[in-house]
Amino acid sequence: MDTPFAITLGVGTSRANHTGSWRVERPVYVDRLPPCNNACPAGENIQGWLYEAESGNYEAAWRKLVEENPLPAIMGRVCFHPCETVCNRVQVDEAVGINAVERFLGDLAIEKGWRLPDPGPDTAKRILVVGAGPAGLSAAYHLRRLGHRVRLVDSAEQLGGMMRYGIPAYRLPRAILDAEIDRIIEMGVDVVLNHVVHDIELERSAGGFDAVFLAVGAQLGKRVNIPAGDSSKVIDAVSFLHQVAHDDPPLLGRRVVVYGGGDTAFDAARTARRLGATDAVIVYRRNRERMGASGEEFEQALGEGVTVRWLSTVSRFDPERIVLEKMRLNEEGFPEATGEFEELDADSLVLALGQDTDLSLLDHAKDVTVHDGSVEVQHSMMAGASGIFAGGDAVPAERTATVAVGHGKRAAHGIDDFVMGRSPQEKQRHELATFERLNTWYYADAPRTKRPELEKVRRQTNFEEVIGGLTEENALFEARRCLSCGNCFECDNCFGVCPDNAVIKLGGEDRYEFDYDFCKGCGICVKECPCGAIEMVPERI
Amino acid sequence: MTDQRVHFYQVGSFAVGNRLLSPDDRTVQSQRDRTNSIDSGHRACQGCGEALGARYALDAAMRATNGRVVAVNATGCLEVFSTPYPETSWRIPWLHSLFGNAPAVATGVAAALRVKGKGDVRVVAQAGDGGTVDIGFGALSGMFERNDDVLFICYDNEGYMNTGVQRSAATPPAARTATTDAVGPEPGNIFGTGKDLPRIAMAHDIPYVATATVADLHDLERKVERAMAMHGARYLHVLVPCPLGWGSASNDTIHIARLAKESGLFPVFEAEHGKVTSVSTIRRRVPVEQYLSLQRRYGHLFGSNARPDIVARIQAIADENIARYALIDDATESQEMSA
Amino acid sequence: MLRQIEGSRAIAETVALCRPEVVCAYPISPQTHIIEAVGAMVKSGVLTSCEFINVESEFAAMSVAIGASATGARSYTATASQGLLFMVEAVFNASGLGLPIVMTLANRAIGAPINIWNDHSDAMAVRDAGWIQLFAETNQEAADLHVQAFKLAEELSVPVMVCVDGFILTHAVEGVDILDQASVDSFLPPYEPRQVLDVDEPVSIGAMVGPEAFEEVRYLAYLRQRDALERIPEIARTFNDLTGRDSGGLIRTYRTDDAEIVVVALGSVLGTIKDAVDIRRDLGERIGVVGITTFRPFPSEAVRSALANARQVVVLEKAFSTGFGGVLSTDVAMSLRDMDFDLRTVVAGLGGRAITRRSIEEMLEKAQHDDLESLTFLDLDQGAVERERERMRTVRRSGPSAENLLRDRTADLSKAVRRGA
Repeated sequence: MDTPFAITLGVGTSRANHTGSWRVERPVYVDRLPPCNNACPAGENIQGWLYEAESGNYEAAWRKLVEENPLPAIMGRVCFHPCETVCNRVQVDEAVGINAVERFLGDLAIEKGWRLPDPGPDTAKRILVVGAGPAGLSAAYHLRRLGHRVRLVDSAEQLGGMMRYGIPAYRLPRAILDAEIDRIIEMGVDVVLNHVVHDIELERSAGGFDAVFLAVGAQLGKRVNIPAGDSSKVIDAVSFLHQVAHDDPPLLGRRVVVYGGGDTAFDAARTARRLGATDAVIVYRRNRERMGASGEEFEQALGEGVTVRWLSTVSRFDPERIVLEKMRLNEEGFPEATGEFEELDADSLVLALGQDTDLSLLDHAKDVTVHDGSVEVQHSMMAGASGIFAGGDAVPAERTATVAVGHGKRAAHGIDDFVMGRSPQEKQRHELATFERLNTWYYADAPRTKRPELEKVRRQTNFEEVIGGLTEENALFEARRCLSCGNCFECDNCFGVCPDNAVIKLGGEDRYEFDYDFCKGCGICVKECPCGAIEMVPERI
Repeated sequence: MTDQRVHFYQVGSFAVGNRLLSPDDRTVQSQRDRTNSIDSGHRACQGCGEALGARYALDAAMRATNGRVVAVNATGCLEVFSTPYPETSWRIPWLHSLFGNAPAVATGVAAALRVKGKGDVRVVAQAGDGGTVDIGFGALSGMFERNDDVLFICYDNEGYMNTGVQRSAATPPAARTATTDAVGPEPGNIFGTGKDLPRIAMAHDIPYVATATVADLHDLERKVERAMAMHGARYLHVLVPCPLGWGSASNDTIHIARLAKESGLFPVFEAEHGKVTSVSTIRRRVPVEQYLSLQRRYGHLFGSNARPDIVARIQAIADENIARYALIDDATESQEMSA
Repeated sequence: MLRQIEGSRAIAETVALCRPEVVCAYPISPQTHIIEAVGAMVKSGVLTSCEFINVESEFAAMSVAIGASATGARSYTATASQGLLFMVEAVFNASGLGLPIVMTLANRAIGAPINIWNDHSDAMAVRDAGWIQLFAETNQEAADLHVQAFKLAEELSVPVMVCVDGFILTHAVEGVDILDQASVDSFLPPYEPRQVLDVDEPVSIGAMVGPEAFEEVRYLAYLRQRDALERIPEIARTFNDLTGRDSGGLIRTYRTDDAEIVVVALGSVLGTIKDAVDIRRDLGERIGVVGITTFRPFPSEAVRSALANARQVVVLEKAFSTGFGGVLSTDVAMSLRDMDFDLRTVVAGLGGRAITRRSIEEMLEKAQHDDLESLTFLDLDQGAVERERERMRTVRRSGPSAENLLRDRTADLSKAVRRGA
C-alpha cells in the first residue's frame, strides 16, 4: 500500500525503539535452593524429581532420585522426611507428600524392574566398606558409580543393618528391602557376610584396600541400672527387635512396658502389640512436645492401642509391677523428680533408651579420634588423614537411615577424591528459596493426599505393612502440589505478564530469556513469578 | 461460576501457562506464536496495565477470529504511546480518529466490512475510561443501542492519565487526581459521583457485557473469546492499574488489580442481554485497606492524618458490591477476611 | 430524465446513483429530506449494497463515515448548521486522514439566536477544515456536483462538501435532469482507497505526528488541494461531455467580458443577481457576475483573470466574519492583491432574509455611483439596531438583543395597526 505520509505507518516499526535504555534494574533468572532439597539428609534433588513426576515421567523422576539415593522405596517408608517439615507449601495448606511420592517411585521401579545406572569405568581402586546398613549400601552404590571396586562386609547373616534388624517389617516389608539392596549388589559389589572386623588396620592392609568406610552402626542397646526382681524380664529394644527380625521373638507376656520416647520405643511397643500384648505402655520422662519420635509414628501407635505415661521414669521393676516416679519439667524443660510414685502392672520391661556403637575395631587405627562413643570426621567423612572414612550411626549426627544414606554418598565422594589424589571441593549452594519469595496466588488450592492406612485391628496382630502406597493418580496429584520453590517450572507467567513483550519463550524445557533491548525493568515478572526464580539486579550505568 | 477451574495442576487455573495443561486450557498469552498485537518498543510507562490489557484482549480476539480483527482506538495513552510517528507498535489493522468517537468509527468500520462482504473480519474498538465513560459516552450509547457488531473494550485506569491524571467519571471516591486534590474536609474525589458503565451498558440490553482485570488472564481471555463468538454490541470493561496515575510501584500492577477484585471494589462478572450470568467470586478476601494503601492517590487516608472514616466508607462500597453480585461463595465464606 | 422534483430528492437520487456503501444520517433541517430519501431507497431495496445507519449525533455521523471510508467503503452523509459544528472535530479529522467522504451541506445560519434558514455561516466556519467545498447554484448543479464530488474526492483522497442553500434549493421543486445509472457508472469508477484497514495488509492509520513532520503533512494537504484546482475543471469537462451540462468547475462568469463592475457570489443567490444584472445591463451599465463554484480550494488564478478588467468588485456574501467583515471578500482581495481594484463587501441574506432583486438593483445602483460603502449590510433595519444600541447604553441588564428586536418589531406593528385603525 502506498500509504499517506506520516499519518499511516507500517506494522511493527516500533521495534526500532529500544526501550531497554529506560531501565535502571534488570530482571535475571535464578535458581534457588528449595527448602526440601536443603533439608534432605540424603541430598536429594527433591524439587527436581518431583518436576519429572509431575509430568508423569516416573522413570526420569526415579533416575533423578537415585542420582543421590539408591533406596527410594525404603526411604519412602522409613524416612522421617524433614523435607516435608520445611516444605513452603505448609504455609499455603499442607506440606507436599514428598515421602509418599518417593515411595511410589521406589515401588514402581521395583515393579518395573528399573536398574540402577551402570558402574563407572574401572579405576582399580579397592574400597572396603564395613557395615551393610544404609550408610554402607549408599557408599557402595556411589563408589561403584565412580568406578571403584567395593568389598562390603557385615557381621550379620543378611544385608541391611538396622533397616533389617531394627525396623519392624510392618514399616518396611522385607521384599522391598531385599529388592533395593539386590539392585545395588548387582552393580558388582563383593559381599562378605557373617564377618566381624576386629581390627580395621589389619583388615585394610590384608586386603590391600585404598580406603575404608566404616558404617558399623550403633547396635548396642543402652542399659540403665534399674532395680529389678527378675532381670530376665528386662530386654533392650534393639535386641528385642533384632530377635523379632530373626523370627525368634522373646516371650514378653501380655503387659509390656517400654521405657523411652524415641522411634525405637514406638517400634518396640507396636511390635509388642503385634506379638499379642494387650497392654503396650510407653513410659517417657518428658511430655509430648519434647518427645523424639515422629508425629506420624506416634499417631499410628496410639491408633493401634499403644498408650503413653508422660513425665514418668521407671524406678523399680518388681515381678508383674513397675514403680514409676512422676516427673515435672523445670524452666529449661528438663525433667525433675517429684518424689511422687505410682505403680503399673507389667510382665516385662523393654528399654529403648538409645544405642551405643562398638568401635573396638578402631583400637589400633592411627590418627582416628573416637570421642564419646562416636568417630570424629571431617566434612568429607574422613576420620583423620589416613583414608579411613566413617558415617551413619557411628559418627556424631542424627541417627536415621536417611542421614546414613547421605553419609554414604558424601563418604563415597570423599573417598573418590582421596584415592584419586584430588583435594575435596565444596559445592556452591544456591540461595535458599524462602516462602517470602513465592507468589502463592498462582497455586491452585489442593489439600494433601493421604496415604491409606491399614485398618487398625488388622495391623495390631500382624506385620503387614501399615501404610499403603499412593495410587498413580494420587502420586501425580501430590507431585503436582509441589510449588517448585526457586526453580522455574515454565508456567509462562513472566512471558505473559510483561507489558513490553520483553520475555522470549525458548520452548521445550529451555525456559525463557529476557530481551533486554525492550525490557523497561518494571519488575512485574519478578513479582508475579510463582516460585521466585527471577530477581531484579541494579543496572550498571 | 460458569468457567471450569482446572484442578489437579499446581498452577493451572491461575498462571499464564503450564506445561502440564492441555493446549486448549493454556492461555493465548502462553503461546509463542501469539499475535503480540501491540509490539515491543511502545512508549508506555514501566509496568503499564493498559499496554498489558490491550495485548491480552486483542491477542485473544485474534485467536478467537483466526486473525481477522481490525481495531479502532480512541485518543489517549494507548494511542499516544503506541503510534508516535514514525513508529507504530500495532501488528493488526488499526485506526485512530478522535477522542470521543471510537464507538462510532467502529460502527462505520463494521458497516463497511458488512457491505464489502467481509463479515468474517471483526471490529474491536478500544478506549480508556475517559474515552468511554465521558467524552465517548454518547457515541458508545448509540453504538450499543443500534447493536452494532462491535466489541468495545474500555481499559479503565480511573482517570485521564495521558493529560496528567485528572478526574474522570470513572475515578473512584477519595482518589486524588490533579483536579480532585487531597485537601479539605473531603479530600480527593467526591463520594456519590461517577458512572458505573458496565451497568449502564447492561441497561442497553446488549448481548454481552463483562468486566475483567489484568490480574486474571484466563478469565479475561475467556470473556474476549465469548464476546467474539457473539455478534452485535458487546462491552468489556478491563481494570488496568496505572503506576503513574495511581502512585503505585511499577511491579505492583497485576498485584493491585488482583486486590481490587479480591477486596470487592471491582466486581468481576459477565452479563448477557442485561442479566448477570456469572461472577468471579472472591478467592482470598482482603480488606480495602490492603488495596488502597499501595497507592499514593489514597496516601492521604493513611499515615499521620489517617482517615479511617473514609476507608470505612470505601469498605462499605466493596461490601455493597459483594452483596450486589454475590461475590462470596458460601463455601469460601468461612475463610474470608482471615488474611 | 428531466423531472419536476424537490432539490433534496434530486440530490438523494443522484447520491444513490453514485452507489454509496455507507450512509449515516442524523436529522437536521434543512438537510433532512435528503437523508430521509436515501434511507427510504435503502430500506425499500432500490439502493442495494448500502448500509444506512441512523446515528445519535452529527459527530457520530461523520465518525461513522470516517470508519467506513477507512475500511474502503464509499461513504456519504449530509448535515447543516449546528450539525456541522457539532461534527466539526470529525470534519477536520476526515480530511487530516485523507478520507474521501462526500457530505452535503444544506447551508443554514448558526445560532444563537437559533435560526433554521439559509445563509453560509456554516460553510464558512469550516473553510479551513481541509475539505473541498463546492457551491451549487441550482438544483441541477446540486445533483450533478455530487457525482463529480465522489470522483474528485476519491481521486485525490480528500473529502468534499457540496454546499446547497438550505430551503432555497433543498426544498424547491424545479426541473432536474436525473442521470441514469449507466452514465453515472461510466463516469464514476468503484472506490479504490489509497489506504484501507485490511487484515491481510495491516497498517496503523491515524498516527500521532509531532513537529518533525506535521508541517510536511499539512503542506502535502495543501498540494493536494492545488491538484484539485487542476482536476475540478477537467472533471467538469468530462461531465459536460457525458451530459452536455455545464455543472461544476472552478468559477462561472456571466457577462463579465466588458464589465466595469463585477459581482462575486456563491450559490443560489447568483440567479437573482444575474436577473438584476440583466436589468441593469438593459440600462447600459457594464455589470457582470462571477459565481464561485469551488470555494475551497480557492481558485485565485481563475478569479483574478475573471476580474482583471473590472473597475469595481462587489462581493455579495451570505456570511461574514463578525470582527472583521467579508470572508469571501478576503479571499477575492488576496487573489487580486497586486492589482488596482476597488472592492466592496455586501453582506446579505443572513438567517434566511430574502435577497430581493430590487435590493440588489439598488445596491448595484449605488455601486454604479461609487456610493457603496466598503462594508454594506443589505436591507438592514437601521432603526431597530439604533434602538437596541440605545437600550444597551442605558440599561445594564437590557436583555438579549434578539428578543428585544422582536419585541420592538411587534410594538412597531401594533402601532401601525393602531394607526391604521
